[in-house]
Amino acid sequence: MLNEYWPILLFLIIAAGMGAALVVIGSVLGPKRPDDEKLSAYECGFEAFEDARMKFDVRYYLVAILFIIFDLEIAFLFPWAVVLEQIGWTGFWAMMVFLGLLVVGFIYEWKKGALEW
Amino acid sequence: MTAADLMLALPEIFVLGMTCIIMLFGLWLPEERQGMISFVSIMTLVFAAIILLGWDDPDPAAVSFAFNATFVRDQMADVLKLSAFIVLAAILVYARQYLRVFKVAMLEYHVLSLFLLLGVMVLISAASMLTVYLGLELIALPSYALVALRRDDQRSTEAAMKYFVLGSLASGLLLYGLSMIYGVTGTLSLAQVANITAMGNNTVLVLGLIFVVIGIAFKLGVVPFHMWVPDVYHGAPAAVTALIGSLPKLAVFAMAIRLLSDGLGNMQMHWMSMLVVLATLSIVVGNLVAIAQSNLKRMLAYSTIGHMGFMLLGLLTGSDQGFSAAMFYAIVYAIMAAGAFGVMILLSQHGVEAEHLDDYKGLSKRSPWLALMMLMLMFSMAGVPVFAGFFAKWLVIQAVIDAGMIWLAILAVIFSVIGAFYYLRVVKLMYFDAPDKDDAISVPADFRAALTLNGSAQLLLGIFANILIGLCVASF
Repeated sequence: MLNEYWPILLFLIIAAGMGAALVVIGSVLGPKRPDDEKLSAYECGFEAFEDARMKFDVRYYLVAILFIIFDLEIAFLFPWAVVLEQIGWTGFWAMMVFLGLLVVGFIYEWKKGALEW
Repeated sequence: MTAADLMLALPEIFVLGMTCIIMLFGLWLPEERQGMISFVSIMTLVFAAIILLGWDDPDPAAVSFAFNATFVRDQMADVLKLSAFIVLAAILVYARQYLRVFKVAMLEYHVLSLFLLLGVMVLISAASMLTVYLGLELIALPSYALVALRRDDQRSTEAAMKYFVLGSLASGLLLYGLSMIYGVTGTLSLAQVANITAMGNNTVLVLGLIFVVIGIAFKLGVVPFHMWVPDVYHGAPAAVTALIGSLPKLAVFAMAIRLLSDGLGNMQMHWMSMLVVLATLSIVVGNLVAIAQSNLKRMLAYSTIGHMGFMLLGLLTGSDQGFSAAMFYAIVYAIMAAGAFGVMILLSQHGVEAEHLDDYKGLSKRSPWLALMMLMLMFSMAGVPVFAGFFAKWLVIQAVIDAGMIWLAILAVIFSVIGAFYYLRVVKLMYFDAPDKDDAISVPADFRAALTLNGSAQLLLGIFANILIGLCVASF
């Protein structure tokens, strides 16, 4: 029973070793020429240290929300496509109804101008 | 899935299809013809009702399941759905002028209301824990958006935020409880849960039940899970308050029946004591705090809390008599609430919400008809005999007495007398105080017709209470 966990333990040891080795080798052998840009935290184009209560374009959220809807749709479509042969026409039409509802929403957001920046 | 399954859910499918069509065509409708949306929405409700009634069922008491027993259609579902159609149709008539004056998005209001209705219908017909959750979220998500519909209004957005955070928390708690029940029983179907729990209880099941009861209590807004109710009622535009104060109550009643009676009926000894505490606290806190309110919306919010406490009284008896009394209460309450908020919507026609009690001073001199309608609604809420509200309270209290809980019945009677004070205060303001302003109140013809029906329904449902009571009794 415990034997079956041996590969996992091995994997953990190798992963930990690998992780440690790469960091150590990099810091020992790598050249070090630091400057301000390299030392600052990477923050997607924003200043790393400033007041968090700054004005932030609300359209970022809009785009993010619109994106996630269609992203999730893809996540749903993929397993559907894989099992389509087993679920037959019922499954096919169920997905078509689902996509139709999404299209209705898409037309709405398009017409309302949510996609214009 | 068969054609029979689809036929069974035809009203739901019709409402969904029409909502999508309204949403698409409304986009291309010019500004001045937006009134069409309201008309088409109400027509949708009418035809949905016809489809629902046109279902030729040889035996009205039959229970039919569809979609692998996740969807059920029985008499309770039909009666509640029909009440939901009627209540929503009245609210849409009331809202039309209000939406125009307050420049609330016409299309979004109607589409979101219809989606909310769809959620109500799904929840009413839920036969599996999955459908329960689906319906509940379909009610909750449009409600959050509806409350925030006036997004440049600070109070409105604050209320929506509060509603969203607390509503999500409630959904989470309910889901947690359902997951525990699923963990023990291994099935999502409420009928099978009932079979499995018949074999004996276990601690995890009781824990799950506690979370389920908390979820129901949150959604009903009963003490101590009521904190969101006054703020949301107050912050939402009056046309939205009317909506979230009436329709979801019908659905959550059905949810309580489906979960507690159909699913966990064998654990009645456990949920009964929890509901006793919730009902008692709600009746006491709701009626006492409502007295202190000077804002009609907040007063009605606390009165809702009290009313939901009364409805729980019927539920907690666990008898068919109690269930049908609670169902009668829920339907009558939904109609009363729609009417009371309808009056508020009408008085708000100048772009200022008429929510202060002082706005109702001398209403009988400004518009005797409106004052009379409000009088009937307030009498009904207070439980004055002959009006429908009286029979609702009477049936519930009778069920409690028959279940042997005399002290609870006495408490309910005492607090309904205390509650009568603040309803009668509105009547006193309307009839015995001098008006602050004397501008005429213009009433569109359809509004007048709808409110007249709504107000006199309180009287008719009281005089001919037997019809609706008969339907409720036959549902269990």
